Amino acid sequence: MEDLSGILRNHPFMKDLDENYLKQITGCASNVLYHEDEVMFKEGDKAEKFYLIRSGKVALEINGRDKGNLRILTIGPGQILGWSWIVSPYKWHFEAHALEEVRAIALDGECLRNKCEDDPKMGYEMLKRFAHILEQRLQSTRMQLLDVYKRV
Amino acid sequence: MKTLDRINLEKLIGILKQDGYNVIGPVVKDGAVLYDEIDSIKDLPEGWVDEQEAGYYRLNKTNDKSLFSYVVGPQSWKKFLFPQRLKLWKAKREGKSIVIDDTKDYAPKYAFIGVRSCELNSIFIQDKVFNNGTFADSYYNNIRDRIFIVSVNCNRSAGTCFCVSMKTGPKAKSGFDISLTEVINNDEHYFVMEEGSEKGSEIAAMLEANEASEEQVKAAYDAVKNAELHMQRTMNNAGIKKLLYHNHDHPIWAQIASRCLTCANCTMVCPTCFCSNIEDVTDLKGENTERWRRWDSCFSLDYSKVTGGNFRTSGKARYRQWITHKLASWEDQFGTSGCVGCGRCITWCPVGIDITEEIENIRNSPNTIHK
Amino acid sequence: MTENKSGLRKVDPMIPETVKVKKIFWETEDVFTMELVHESEEKREFNFKPGQFNMLYAFGVGESAISISSDSSKKGSLLHTIHKVGYVTNELSKLKRGDTLGLRGPFGSSWPLEDAKGKDICIIVGGIGLAPLRPAIYHILKHRKQYGKLTLYYGARTPRDILYPVELENWKKKYDIQLEVTVDRADSTWRGHIGVVTALMNYVKLVPEKTRAMVCGPEIMMKYAVDELIKHGMSEKEIYVSLERNMKCALGFCGHCQYGPSFVCKDGPVFSFSKVTDIFEIKEL
Repeated sequence: MEDLSGILRNHPFMKDLDENYLKQITGCASNVLYHEDEVMFKEGDKAEKFYLIRSGKVALEINGRDKGNLRILTIGPGQILGWSWIVSPYKWHFEAHALEEVRAIALDGECLRNKCEDDPKMGYEMLKRFAHILEQRLQSTRMQLLDVYKRV
Repeated sequence: MKTLDRINLEKLIGILKQDGYNVIGPVVKDGAVLYDEIDSIKDLPEGWVDEQEAGYYRLNKTNDKSLFSYVVGPQSWKKFLFPQRLKLWKAKREGKSIVIDDTKDYAPKYAFIGVRSCELNSIFIQDKVFNNGTFADSYYNNIRDRIFIVSVNCNRSAGTCFCVSMKTGPKAKSGFDISLTEVINNDEHYFVMEEGSEKGSEIAAMLEANEASEEQVKAAYDAVKNAELHMQRTMNNAGIKKLLYHNHDHPIWAQIASRCLTCANCTMVCPTCFCSNIEDVTDLKGENTERWRRWDSCFSLDYSKVTGGNFRTSGKARYRQWITHKLASWEDQFGTSGCVGCGRCITWCPVGIDITEEIENIRNSPNTIHK
Repeated sequence: MTENKSGLRKVDPMIPETVKVKKIFWETEDVFTMELVHESEEKREFNFKPGQFNMLYAFGVGESAISISSDSSKKGSLLHTIHKVGYVTNELSKLKRGDTLGLRGPFGSSWPLEDAKGKDICIIVGGIGLAPLRPAIYHILKHRKQYGKLTLYYGARTPRDILYPVELENWKKKYDIQLEVTVDRADSTWRGHIGVVTALMNYVKLVPEKTRAMVCGPEIMMKYAVDELIKHGMSEKEIYVSLERNMKCALGFCGHCQYGPSFVCKDGPVFSFSKVTDIFEIKEL
C-alpha cells in the first residue's frame, strides 16, 4: 500500500505545501492507473477529478468535428491535468487519453471543493498554485499559437 | 621645424605628381569645399571661408590670400579609401562551372593635401575597422599603405566643430608625412612645416625650406590656439558608453525621431561610417555577373531586413542605433570613440539635429538612468 | 580582395571558391539538404568547427549564410540543411547533382565543446535550429565517454517538419542520450509530445552546476529556453545561444550583422548568454 501523502509531497505541484493542508488533501486522493490508449475522460463529461501525473504521457484532444480529433497538448510526469473541477459547471473541455501506461494521483473534485470552502486559507493556497499552472499553460499555448517555426 | 612659402607649396605638389601620386586636395565645387584632383595651388580654395551651423553651410569669398581658412566640407577622405562603389570581382558561367575573375582593378597611389587633424583621426579609426583583428580588407590596405598625407592644422573652427572635446585636434600630432600650419598676416604668408615620417622628410628635403624662427613657430602655435579657443561646441564624453547603453527606452529617441528624416545624410558625410552593402548584378542572359560593394546606411529601411521581416523599422530605433554605435559600441568594438568631432553630421543634417546637444539632453533629462 | 592577416588561409575570404553539389534532397516540404564537394578532383579537405557557417553563393543572385550541419571529422564533403525562404535559398533549392555554386567560409565562433569535457550537456533546439547543433552532437557522440549526461530537447512545428527523423531514432537506440521531441501541433496519429519544447524539461533532472547548455532556434523560443534553464539553476555563463542577423560580408566589414557591440558574423553566431543578456530583451536593437 503506497504512502499517498508521501507521493503527493514529492509531486512538484505540492512542493512546500503546508503539512496540514497536505494531510487534508490526501483524504481526497487515490492512486490510479490507466492502460495504453485508455480514455481517461471525455469532452463534456462531469469534471470530477484532477490528476497529478506520476509517469506516462496523456494526450489532450478536442473534437474537431469535420476535422477529426485535434490533439492540442501532451502532459507528462510532474505535470497536472485538469482544473475544470474548480470552475462551474465542472465539465471537461477536452478528452484525455493515455498514450502510454499512466500512473497518477487522482484528487476528487467535490471533496477538494468542500475542503476549500471550509478552509478558505487552504483554498487560496490551492488557487494560487492553479493560477500558476494556468499562467504557464496560457503562455505555452500562446507560443504554440505564434507558430514560431513556420515558414515565413 | 621649417617654413615653406607659396612657391614651395606649389613645388611640393609638383614633386608628388612627378613621383606618380594622384594628388587630391580641397577645391570649391557645387557651393562647398570638396576633395578632388588638383594640379597646382591655384586649384585650392584661396580666400574662401566657410560658415557652418546646424543644418547650415555657406562658403564666402574674401580678399584674403589664405589657402586653408575653411575647415571641412561634406566629403571626407573615405571617398578614396572606402569608395562609394567598388567592384569586388566578376564571374561567368562555363557549362556547369562558375569561373571567377578576381583580378584587381588598378588602385591609384594617392597624396592627400589638406588633411585636418579630425580627418587624420578618422583615417586611424577606419584603419581599425578594415583591419579588425580577424580579417584585413586588402583594397583599403593597398591604398592606405601607399598614401602620402600632407595635413593642415586648422587656424579657426567653424560653428559645428568639436574636435577639442573629442581630443582629435585641432593640431595633428602624428600619422602624417608632412604637416603644415598656415600663417598669414598683412606682411607675410608662409607655412610652418613639420615632418612626420621618413618619406615626409625625403620629400621635404627636395624643397627650399628655411629653419623656422622662434617668432614663426609662435605664430603657428597661436594660429592653432585660435582654433582651439574658439570651439563653439563640446561633446561631454564622461561615462557616455553607460549613458547610451542604459537608456534604450528613453523618451528622447521618440523626440528626435519626430524631427529626423532618416535621410542618411549624417552617415554619408561622417568620415568614419563604414557600413556597406553587397550587390550581385547579372547580365540579361544570366551568364556574366559582378559583385559590387557600395555604401549603405543604418538609417535605410532595408538595412535591417531579415528573413521574414524587418527588426528595426521605427525611426527612433534607427537613430538610436546610429548614435549608440558611434559613441558607445564603437568603443567596445575598436577601442576608441567612432566620432572625431568634425561636426559634419550637424552641418549636413537637413533638420539640424546636433549630437552634442542630444547627448546633453539625455544627461540632463529626469528620465535618464545613470549607472 | 581581403586577406586573413594570420596567413593561415590562402583563399581570399571575399572571393568564393567553387564547389559542386554531390547530393541534394528534401528533408521536409520547405527544408532541403545539400552535400557539397570541392570542384577540383584533388581531394581537398573541408575544415570547420561545429557551429560555424558558410556563405553559399547562387550564381548571379547572391549569398546566404547557412550553418554547416555535417560531421566535422568527415572532411571530404559538407552538408548544409537549408530552409527555402528567400531569393537565394530558392535558387539553391533548384540546383542538381553536378551543379556548381560558390562558397566562402567557414566563418564565426563555434559551440564550446573542448572545455565542456566532463560536463553534462543539455541541448535545446527548435525548428531548423537542430541543423547547426548536429555537428556538435556528432562530436559529442563520437567522444561520448568524455562527456557526462547528454540531453537533447527538440521542438518542431508538426511531425512532418521534424528534421533527420531516422538519425534521431538511431541516436536514441545506439547511444547514451536522453532525447525528447515535441511538436506544436499534430493529429492523433502522432504518439509523441505536443507542446512547447521547454515543457520537455520536466523529463530530466538538470544538475545545474555541472551542465553546459546549447540552445538554437527562433529567438523567442531561445528566450523561453534560457529562462527555463535559469529557473533550473543554471548560470548564464554556461548557456550558449546561436544568433542570426543579416549577413552580407561575413567578415565584420559591412556592419549589417551588428548586435549591440557584437558582430554576429565574427564574434558569433555562438555566444555565451552572459555576453548578450543585457541586450537580449531590447526591442529593435
